[in-house]
Amino acid sequence: MSGPFRIPGAGQPGGEGPHGLELIGTTPAHRPRHAQAGVEGDWLHRPPEPVRRSPRVRRVPGWLAGLGLMSPSLVLIGVFVYGFIGWNVRVSFTSWQGLTPVYDFVGLDNYRALWNDARWRTDARNILIFTTVFVLGALALGFVMALLLEKGAKGEAFYRGVFLFPMAISFIATAIVWRWLLDNGSGGDTAGLNQLFADLGLGFLRSDWHKSDSSWAIAAVALPAGWALSGYVMALFLAGMRAIPDTFRESARIDGASEWQVLWYVMRPALRPVTFSAVLILIHISLKTFDLIYALDQGNLKIDTPSLYMWFTTFDGGFYDRGATIATVLLIGVALIIGPYIRHWLRSERR
Amino acid sequence: MWQGRVGVLALVVVAILAGIPMCGAGGGGGDNQLEVYSWWTGPGEEEGLAAMAQEFEAKNAGVAFVNAAVSGGAGSNAKAILASRLLANDPPDSYQRHAGLELEDDVRSGKVQDLTALYDREGWREVLPQGLLENLTIDGRLYAVPVNIHRANLLWYTPAALDELGLGGPPKTWPEFLAQAEKIKEAGRTPLAIGPQWTQKHLFETVLLGELGADKYEQLFAGSLRWTAPEVQAALSTYQQVLSYSDLRSASGDWQPQLDRVVQGTAVYAVMGDWVSGYLEGTKKQRWQQGYAAVASPGSDGVYSFLSDAFTLPTGARNPELAEKWLVECGSTEGQNLFNPKKGSIPARVDADAKLYPGYLGWALAQWRDPKTRIVGSLAHGVVANNAFNAEIDSALGLFNQNGDLGKLAATLDRTFEATR
Repeated sequence: MSGPFRIPGAGQPGGEGPHGLELIGTTPAHRPRHAQAGVEGDWLHRPPEPVRRSPRVRRVPGWLAGLGLMSPSLVLIGVFVYGFIGWNVRVSFTSWQGLTPVYDFVGLDNYRALWNDARWRTDARNILIFTTVFVLGALALGFVMALLLEKGAKGEAFYRGVFLFPMAISFIATAIVWRWLLDNGSGGDTAGLNQLFADLGLGFLRSDWHKSDSSWAIAAVALPAGWALSGYVMALFLAGMRAIPDTFRESARIDGASEWQVLWYVMRPALRPVTFSAVLILIHISLKTFDLIYALDQGNLKIDTPSLYMWFTTFDGGFYDRGATIATVLLIGVALIIGPYIRHWLRSERR
Repeated sequence: MWQGRVGVLALVVVAILAGIPMCGAGGGGGDNQLEVYSWWTGPGEEEGLAAMAQEFEAKNAGVAFVNAAVSGGAGSNAKAILASRLLANDPPDSYQRHAGLELEDDVRSGKVQDLTALYDREGWREVLPQGLLENLTIDGRLYAVPVNIHRANLLWYTPAALDELGLGGPPKTWPEFLAQAEKIKEAGRTPLAIGPQWTQKHLFETVLLGELGADKYEQLFAGSLRWTAPEVQAALSTYQQVLSYSDLRSASGDWQPQLDRVVQGTAVYAVMGDWVSGYLEGTKKQRWQQGYAAVASPGSDGVYSFLSDAFTLPTGARNPELAEKWLVECGSTEGQNLFNPKKGSIPARVDADAKLYPGYLGWALAQWRDPKTRIVGSLAHGVVANNAFNAEIDSALGLFNQNGDLGKLAATLDRTFEATR
């Protein structure tokens, strides 16, 4: 996240400064300039041979060299990320519709209209349901898979690959396959998972999936989404579990703890940072989900989400004002989630 | 320091070198290129476009035809990319749109050039039906050249299914359809197959056309008949009833599987445009009037609800002279006869050779040329409503599927029509 802003050498254990993390331009003035330049020099040219140069050539201060090297990416990020976010927010306060850009100012009209927009309300509810089901589902599934592999199943590498493969498939391809798997035709039109259930004598499991009349229909989309990402969650958990020293578990067992107690009292607390990261990654993927639903059942409002509404209203209807408003609201939503993540990350960085 | 400078210099050089091809791509090709933008990437239509391109290159030696087609979503992906190019004032030399009000925004924003003079020079007004010209005209001028004509108001079925059910014949009105539908349902079949959201809008316009008649249908989209008028509300109510006899709850993912259900016999009828014919003849190996058949949708006999793919001359095209030559190709008898038999549509011109269009296409061509045929435009395919209203209708119909509230549907359509005109 703020990786590119870090000065090499700063923020390492034992580095000066109370924060351990310093941004360009906030370098404390009390630091001896030459010392700092020395650090930069080591980094810039290797090997650090004895300096032989004319005394007339003064060395560029380290922070300037750093800024110089960073500036292309700073400019690009500034323009293409923050500049466009600003532009998008600006458009959300205009009445721009159609192919002629209009940069007037209509205050909060678009936000008010969105609040009263029946489709937006459906979308907002849908995305909440989808996020809840998808995040909890993928988390639980990923955790169980990691636990099984961690226990030393035979052919672990094979299963790890198999579980991770779905993530390598694009959401569009995933959606095309699941569109067929989640077909809800009945009688002679039965297909996909329902057909499988019927063949296995499990006909009572038949479902209408995302075409069901229930207002929870969108929860069915968590199936393909979870299928695609639970392997990734598994990899996260597996890495987290491997990082727990065996001695912890061993000593708990010697103390007479059952496997469940080991899981609950030793593994769970140790896995908290991993769980936290996984949840945030899943939530932000869930809020951004577009292609999966776009290809699964285009235009079915039962599984409509804000990002789809944004696309259709902007590019089919030319409502650039409304599209920008939805994008801004989505950004605020994501920021509310990513914000704590950054805070958490900074805090753990400090430790 | 020397080494550091070399490094920085190298970085700068690399950055510049990397930038050069990007500028080249942005600037487009040479003087002898014609970039044509379309969403014709499917089977049939792609070959048709290639045939036209080949003839164009043969007629204009040394000119390279650049096919800038974008696939997917019945043109919706292409439209999104096109919108960004038009906003950046970087248009292709010619681009595809559905004829009609889909082009209204482009016209009002000055993105396309007036082609009225070209129409006069080529004498196209004499060879295109009056009803088509009326639907092509925006604010009194012509801006696009139609290549082909599809028909939207068709009811598809298999003769065998009607025989088995003893139905006597396809319904002539929507009430008649509802009566048949009850029987079909009792026989354990789906009366009407339906597909994704846009096919529902296609059904919606077809029911409106059948229930209101051609005159009131046109008035409705011209704004002289309100969506809240009693007869329109009655038509909306019919739409709801027709939907209740469809397989909406287990709707097919696309229009081909929708028609598959009719061919397999699990469903009896489907409302769809005449691209069905090419699909059933080619992929399903069915023969017109034997394996499959179609009639004008209920209540629309003698009415031809059309949609048409048309090409434009964008403002700021890099090669306007070549683009105009391309438009002449699109409007010519030869060009249309090269394209349409491959695409499975009929030529917009009424003077094309009828022998090239066998089976269903022959029937459609005869109707298109019949001076007594009343021509109206399709809603779902961009003729009678602009993009903004069309997108609002999508939302309204989607919400209607969930709440089933007819009053709300009429009020929303009435309000959004006024807001987007």
